[in-house]
Amino acid sequence: MMGLKEALVDPFVEFGFMGRALAGVLALALGAAPIGVFLMLRRMSLIGDAMAHAILPGAAVGYLVAGFSLGAMTAGGLIAGFAVAVLAGLVARNTTLKEDAALAAFYIISLAAGVTLISARSSNVDVLRVLFGSVLSLDDDTLVLLVAVTSITLLTLAILYRGLVMEFVDSGFLASVSRVGGALHLTFLGIVVINLVAAFHALGTLLAVGILILPAASARLWTGNLTIMMALAVVFAALAGLAGLLASYHYALASGPSIILAAGGLYLVSLLAGRSGGILARLLPRHHLES
Amino acid sequence: MLATSAFGMTGAGAAEPQRLAVVASFSILGDLARQIGGDRITVTDIIGPNRDAHGFEPSPADARKLAGARLVLVNGLGFDNFIDKLMKAAGNPARVVTVSSGLPLLRKAAEKPDHGHGHSHAGGKAKDDPHLWQSPANVRQMARTIAAAFSAADEAGKATYDANLAAFLARLDVLDQEFRTAIARIPEARRTFATNHDAFGYLAREYGLTIHAIQGVSPHAEASAADLARIIRQLKAAKAPAVFLENVTDSRAVARIARESGAKVGGTLYSDALSLADGPAPSYIDLMRHNMKEIAAALAP
Repeated sequence: MMGLKEALVDPFVEFGFMGRALAGVLALALGAAPIGVFLMLRRMSLIGDAMAHAILPGAAVGYLVAGFSLGAMTAGGLIAGFAVAVLAGLVARNTTLKEDAALAAFYIISLAAGVTLISARSSNVDVLRVLFGSVLSLDDDTLVLLVAVTSITLLTLAILYRGLVMEFVDSGFLASVSRVGGALHLTFLGIVVINLVAAFHALGTLLAVGILILPAASARLWTGNLTIMMALAVVFAALAGLAGLLASYHYALASGPSIILAAGGLYLVSLLAGRSGGILARLLPRHHLES
Repeated sequence: MLATSAFGMTGAGAAEPQRLAVVASFSILGDLARQIGGDRITVTDIIGPNRDAHGFEPSPADARKLAGARLVLVNGLGFDNFIDKLMKAAGNPARVVTVSSGLPLLRKAAEKPDHGHGHSHAGGKAKDDPHLWQSPANVRQMARTIAAAFSAADEAGKATYDANLAAFLARLDVLDQEFRTAIARIPEARRTFATNHDAFGYLAREYGLTIHAIQGVSPHAEASAADLARIIRQLKAAKAPAVFLENVTDSRAVARIARESGAKVGGTLYSDALSLADGPAPSYIDLMRHNMKEIAAALAP
């Protein structure tokens, strides 16, 4: 039987790549989970997913130009992710299509374009890497990028917190009194995109949005208080990162999917037992109040 | 646009019936065919330069490449099984020449049991190591097989094929001598390295190198944390002075491994595919010479 320290701590001490992966997912959790909360409250979870997919062809163009270059793939991903968020809004406003149809269209096109571009120049391994990420081989530059994104995110959130909260309470309100609402919305989209690109480097295009949405949705099931919700989302995301990496280490599972599955497990538990709208709480409302 | 250019290619092929149409399963065989066939043949590679043969899935465009072929060169030993499927699909009566036939084979090192973590390498069920071309001695024989096949298919060209073969064999001899000289300069204790692709068994046997194939990491799947940990432990145990990256796998992961194990990171060794024309290994001889220089540089004390 393996000791607790041996099972939980030693892998991160013995192997630098485990320590780096943990640092990467913790940085990601700190920035992406609060953003996920806003994304969810704003009912923009699907937009987030579409943007995550849109990053792929942008990053692929960067890849074609410069190979696996962090800078080129990041720049391409940022541009493409932002473009799709704006385009989907325009299509929904100016055509008969509703936003969900516009998003589904963009995201499936993005995925196909991205995979085609990457596989035109490289091996299947590269395609797997962009789809599912490479959290175990985070180099110094990528770690710096992840930490930088988290810092920018937390700073921006601190500055814009009141405005964002008001906007989310009533998105028509700020827009009607000033143009601040639009600028705020664009800034928020920008923050979402950089977080998705950061998550893309670690978890790949298919899983990136998971680290934003799953912890946020789980946290929502435990509390209605925004501040606590954001803190809880960070804790859930960090726990999922830790558990996923350990599962990958001890049971030889693919690391990125393990992390997202761990987040998924927390979500299922929250669905069932969450005190603010979970299934049990709804079935037994009195017990919920008393406890 | 794709369809037009494809028809254009077929048209051009038909306009020159005197050229022997040859299809090679991968870029290294394609180069051998070009060396020996010269102007008398046209060569099409199914798996082109810089492409990974492992887990390769042929596309309809690949089936079309076979359509006009008279000779199809394959390596065999499970390396290019997809050709059988393609030949059935193309339904043409081209002769398939297996260049590995008659050569003394090595077992795959990866068949050793491995702490109970059985990672089956998808596709390659054969137990023999297919990477024959990593030894110039094998390539001598492969070149002879190819020249004989060309002469049988195009008797009028026999003199040309024989002359080209002789010239190519002479270049192989020079390469072989260079290799032996380069290895002789490395102290015997340092004639060992690790690599993530078990492809250099024939090279090792030919030139007295010891190679630690890093086990348990399939090149066609994302390595799990357990995989990486096992590799690092193996490298530390083997005390190999150098570890080599592949032109077809995740270089960041391998760089990470090297840093944590303390082994020196060699440059890129080309194993299963040529580089593009502007790369360091656009032909077989260039490929071997490039690998030789990288190995010598990494193992030099």
